[in-house]
Amino acid sequence: MPLIAYSGGKIFYTLSPCLHRCAAKSTWHPNLMKPTDISNPDYFHKVVDCQWACPAHTPVPEYIRLIAEKRYTDAYMINWESNVFPGILGRTCDRPCEPACRRGRVEEQPVAICRLKRVAADYKSDIKDRLPGVPKRKNGRHIALVGAGPASLTVARDLLPLGYEITVFDRDAAAGGAMRTQIPRFRLPAEVLEEELNYVLHMGVKRRFGTEITSMKELLAEDFDAVFVGTGAPLGKTLDLPGFAEAKPNIHTGIEWLANVAFEHIDSIGETVIVLGGGNTAMDCCRSSKRLGGEDVKVVVRSGFDEMKASPWEIEDAMNEDIPILNFCVPKRYLLKDGKLCGMEFEKVRREYDGNGRRLLIPTGEEPLVLPCDDVLCAIGQDNAFPWIERDLGIEFDRWELPVLDKTTFQSTHEKVFFGGDAALGPDNIITAVAHGHAAALSIHLLCEGRDVKDRPADLTTLASQKMGIHQWSYDNDISNDVRYVVPHAAKEKTLNDINIEVELGFDEDLGYAETQRCLNCDVQTVFTTRSCIECDACVDICPTDCITFTANGEEGELRQRLLAPAENGEQDLYVSDTLGTGRIMAKNEDLCLHCGLCAERCPTAAWDMQKYLFNTAKAVNA
Amino acid sequence: MSYIVKPKFHHPQLQKNDLGYTRRDYEGTLTTLCGGCGHDSISAAIIHAVHEMSLAPHQIAKVSGIGCSSKIPSYFLERSHGFNSVHGRMPSIATGANLANRELYYLGISGDGDTASIGLGQFCHIVRRRINMLYIVANNGTYGLTKGQLSATADLGSKTKSGEESRYDNIDLVSLAIDLGASFVARSFSGDKEQLVPLIQAGLSHRGFALIDVISPCVTFNNTPLSAHGYKNTWENNVVLSEIDFVPMRKEITARYSAGKDKEITLHDGSVIHLHKTGSGHDPGNRENALLHVNEYKKQGKIATGLLYINQDQSDFHELADTVNKPFNRLNEHDLCPGGEVLADINETFM
Repeated sequence: MPLIAYSGGKIFYTLSPCLHRCAAKSTWHPNLMKPTDISNPDYFHKVVDCQWACPAHTPVPEYIRLIAEKRYTDAYMINWESNVFPGILGRTCDRPCEPACRRGRVEEQPVAICRLKRVAADYKSDIKDRLPGVPKRKNGRHIALVGAGPASLTVARDLLPLGYEITVFDRDAAAGGAMRTQIPRFRLPAEVLEEELNYVLHMGVKRRFGTEITSMKELLAEDFDAVFVGTGAPLGKTLDLPGFAEAKPNIHTGIEWLANVAFEHIDSIGETVIVLGGGNTAMDCCRSSKRLGGEDVKVVVRSGFDEMKASPWEIEDAMNEDIPILNFCVPKRYLLKDGKLCGMEFEKVRREYDGNGRRLLIPTGEEPLVLPCDDVLCAIGQDNAFPWIERDLGIEFDRWELPVLDKTTFQSTHEKVFFGGDAALGPDNIITAVAHGHAAALSIHLLCEGRDVKDRPADLTTLASQKMGIHQWSYDNDISNDVRYVVPHAAKEKTLNDINIEVELGFDEDLGYAETQRCLNCDVQTVFTTRSCIECDACVDICPTDCITFTANGEEGELRQRLLAPAENGEQDLYVSDTLGTGRIMAKNEDLCLHCGLCAERCPTAAWDMQKYLFNTAKAVNA
Repeated sequence: MSYIVKPKFHHPQLQKNDLGYTRRDYEGTLTTLCGGCGHDSISAAIIHAVHEMSLAPHQIAKVSGIGCSSKIPSYFLERSHGFNSVHGRMPSIATGANLANRELYYLGISGDGDTASIGLGQFCHIVRRRINMLYIVANNGTYGLTKGQLSATADLGSKTKSGEESRYDNIDLVSLAIDLGASFVARSFSGDKEQLVPLIQAGLSHRGFALIDVISPCVTFNNTPLSAHGYKNTWENNVVLSEIDFVPMRKEITARYSAGKDKEITLHDGSVIHLHKTGSGHDPGNRENALLHVNEYKKQGKIATGLLYINQDQSDFHELADTVNKPFNRLNEHDLCPGGEVLADINETFM
């Protein structure tokens, strides 16, 4: 291996051993990486892991910084524009952002993003003057929204300021959908719910509540310009086992029971309660039971504790209220005494995996488990139900009885009918419903304007330098090393006695501030300018997480292993520069970047700069 | 300088060495040098090297003089011993410390001013006395701390940022050290850690005086296209005379080496240097040859780097001076006052 490159007998360029080894390697890989195109809106968006993971793509680091500055109202409005229900979501969101949070990759726990959202909602001032104006003169278009849940209200919120007339239908007497009927008040107080529903309802929604729509045909005959179906997944499942017929009066469907509790049709339950199922509904059922007279409440799940679908924090809250969770118990029969439910029998099973890696539950052969009970709550899943949509209207359904939809436009096979939320793609969560609502509102607006619903406006992005002076940035790059702060709870003796007392107290301003300081500001991007770089290694030497490597170009998989520290998360792209003076490239592993800005502070030529990337999804108002 | 503390978070797969330390555990305080200074890369290379060798911080003593270069011991091995001496007098401190405790690894950090100007006399004598240490010169050809005057190592014809041209030939520390009897002499470039890290490791393991002259560009005052010690010139005119890999003592040799092409040198502490022939025909075992090659490339405007000369058979200071084996701090009363019998024996020799 010669160390001096010769050209016509004359030394023209000498490679160091490093360069030489790498350069020799790179010739084996014809698929050299191309310089990263940072003008692609997805590129930096993916680096903001929380925002990328959020179905509504809320700009999380941006509002967290505003909370740190005590600009709660500004933080709230960023949320409100993006997810419509910040106070509700700050208490109830499924938090897809938190498992994605980069902080969880460099230490144990992600930033408490969800509860910070609540801080914005709790400490904001009056926002009414910041709500969008609704024109008095309407644009002549009238849209029907079926169901008054998060998806429909998002559509209303997006279309009302554009001059649309909106009529919302719901079988219940009040708006909110699942947010009202399935989330107990000890998790979501009534005043928070009403406040955020009213921001939308008071924009001029016409309400037709309290009557169930039984025919889509009749609705379409009313000559709406478009119909949006946001009816959720309203059908709870029960478990038909031996003894069901006799025991039926004491067997309840989880979501129906929760709805009855929410509307105060039910205010008590037996002393001994069994809750079947391991999802969030089961957690709400058992905790509600505890508050309505249930002394001995148990949750029983078929499979393993670690396979439960409920969010870990909901399971934790239930267990903190002394509710045992029994796993690997398959329900077998309802036990009766004097023709009335008195208990349940379960078969004990263990977990095994077959050759295809499929999980099997094998009976252990032990004595069956018999648990006494007065009531059983079945929280074992819910289904969509569209018995009211006639099948000859041109709205097609697939074999799971879900509407056939375009996943971007949420338009059904009927041009004027759109679906969103659980009604569209099956049971999911509030934030997903909101995201569907935004997309459907945009589609409806395009349809009413006579434009192609598929030709959608580009998302809104800005990228701006945060440099304020030498080593001074407009964001606080001195992040805290603290571990995640715990949200304080109200005393158990108090909360277990009243179903309307909120358990979580939320962060106070000081705790909230301390938690904001854990955010790594992943939206402040490291932007590299190839032609300015003098390859001094200053950035390489300072980077706390070994993100930056100067090396020979190569094929991506091979290059990822050759970096100073391996870049193993294939979902996070490498940031690759153009060819530098020495023939090498700069390759940055975005996956672990702390966005501390030290690379840019140490760079003598400002080849690195810290630039804030703001991303907002295009909504109807942007079309 | 940066105002924030470098975040403690690190790559989750950061390797731990035999002592259970990660590389980050060998860091010092955040640098206060100009961003892009080659000296910071030397700090980083030292951290890499010492971490990989699994040396405990308390086994190392850092000694330095005055200058940008001599500030850098603050920025690595925070938990090691250290002495920041007066200008050019680091060799005296290193000699004294080495006499008192021969079991530590001595890491001298100096610059071109500290070594080739005010400290040149001290430098010559520490080389001549064969003190067992690694002496690193962070050589940027300029007095950065006093705003960029030409230093004694600035090449003839090299220009500073203000346009001043060097009218004198430079002092070549590498040739000087070989001439004065140093037994390990290397030159490297701060921008090339793949070369610098194994050289530092070999230099620390070598018994006797080891010099690494590191071209370390001054990004503020001596990095113009006409600066011989700038990044561009060093990248372009760097001629690697020999390439080495270092295998610390106790580590299994896993890389495969071709017998005809590579030479294996076992150092006194059991570590092994693998020397790859580079096509330059350079033999680091030959002192005259080393001097000749360094000068030949210099004439062509090239910078010869790599391990230039090594002689691991040469005795060091302690052997020559027949010093006591134990560090002074472990000598007990019996060692120091061996009693009447020994005194009688000594007196006997005068009879």
